[in-house]
Amino acid sequence: MIISVASGKGGTGKTTVAVNLALTLAETESVCFLDCDVEEPNAHLFLKPELKGSSKVTVPVPVVDEKKCNRCGLCGEVCAFNAILPLGEDVLTFHELCHGCGGCTLFCPTNAIREEPQEIGVIEWGNSGEIFHVQGKLNIGSPLAPPIVKAVRAHNVDRPQCTVYIIDAPPGTSCPVVSSVMNADFCLLVTEPTPFGLHDLKLAVDMVRELKVPFGVVINRAGLGYEDLADYCKAENIPVLAEIPFDRRYAKCYAKGGRLIDEFPEIKKTFRELRQAILVSAGRV
Amino acid sequence: MKIAVTALEKNLDAEFDPRFGRCKYFAIVDLDTGEHVIEENDAVAAMGGAGVKSPQFLAQQGVSAVVTGHVGPNASRALQAAGIKVYITDSGTVSDAITAFEEGKLTCVSEATVDSHTGLNTQ
Repeated sequence: MIISVASGKGGTGKTTVAVNLALTLAETESVCFLDCDVEEPNAHLFLKPELKGSSKVTVPVPVVDEKKCNRCGLCGEVCAFNAILPLGEDVLTFHELCHGCGGCTLFCPTNAIREEPQEIGVIEWGNSGEIFHVQGKLNIGSPLAPPIVKAVRAHNVDRPQCTVYIIDAPPGTSCPVVSSVMNADFCLLVTEPTPFGLHDLKLAVDMVRELKVPFGVVINRAGLGYEDLADYCKAENIPVLAEIPFDRRYAKCYAKGGRLIDEFPEIKKTFRELRQAILVSAGRV
Repeated sequence: MKIAVTALEKNLDAEFDPRFGRCKYFAIVDLDTGEHVIEENDAVAAMGGAGVKSPQFLAQQGVSAVVTGHVGPNASRALQAAGIKVYITDSGTVSDAITAFEEGKLTCVSEATVDSHTGLNTQ
C-alpha cells in the first residue's frame, strides 16, 4: 500500500505527519519511508536513518555525431524544450534544457544521436529502526526533480518486502508533486486553518482528484480560529481524518528534531486513529 | 543586410522590447531596400529554451544582426552558431534602434549580457 503525504502550501507539517504516521504504522506493518521532497529532503532529521548506500540519478542527454548527421532538422522539431537545435552546419545541444525523453534519438533517420547519462542528483538509503528509508537529493542548479522522485519510488536495492510505503511529497502541485502522488493508494493532504492553507489546499484537492487518488485531510495547527477550512471540507465532502492542535509544546519538540508520538500520548492516539482511518478508507480493514 | 529588432508592438514606432528570447515581435528590416516585415515570436510561450528557438527562425529569414536589450547564455550560443551578431541598445522605439544601428552607435557583444530566464521574469 502506498500512502502519499502532500500539501499545497509549504510548511504545513507534511514531514511531521509523514514521519509520525510511518512510526505508528511500523507498529503493525513493515514500512518503507520514501522522502520524495528532493529539493529539501529532511525527514531524515526525525528518522535518523543509518545510510548504507547511494547511487547517482541520471537523465540521458543527446550527443550528436556530426559526421553521421544529415542536417535534416528533425531532432529540433521533435524537441519540446529546445534542447537540441540544428543551425546551418552545426547541431547545438543544451543539456540543461533536456528532459531526457529520447525523442531526438528515436527520430534521427541516420542514427547520428547517441545518449549519454548526465547526473542530476542522488538517492540514498538505509535503516531507521524497523523502517527502511530512501531519500532523493536534487543537485543544486538542476531543474529536473521528477526523475529523482521516480528513482526514489523505484529503488529496490537492499529494500525488504514492505507492506506500506509512505511518500513524503514536495509542496505545491507541480510535476514533482504529481510524480509523488501518482498511483498512490491514498493521499493525505496536510493543511492548516489559515487563508493560505485553505487556498493551497484547494489547488492540491484539484490535483488529487485529477489523479484519481482517494484522499483525506489532516489539519495541523488546529484551533487557530479560521473556520472556512472546515466549512470547505464539509461542503466538498472531504474527510478530515485527523487534527493536530496548535500547541507550543509540539513546536518545541519539532524544532529539536523530536517525534511527537514519542513525547505526547494524545498525539500517539491521534496517529493510531489516523492509521485506522486510512486503512479503512483504502479498503484494507 | 537584414537586421532584426525586438519589438513590443507590431509597428516601427513601437517601443523596442528589451527581451530577446521572449520578446513579442521581431521587426525584420532590410537596410538595403528599406523594406520591413514584423513577425510574431513563436517562442514567447515556449516551455523552455525560448532564446534558443528564435535564432533558428531569424537565420531562416536571412537576418545577420539582431538589436535587443539583453541576451542570455543559451541565446548567445545559438546566435553565434547561426552567425547572427548581437547589438545592444537600452531604450527608445524600434525606429530609433534602427537609426542608431545604421549610424554605428550600438555596441556589438559576443557573450551573454544576463543570466538565463531573465526575460521570463520581466515585463
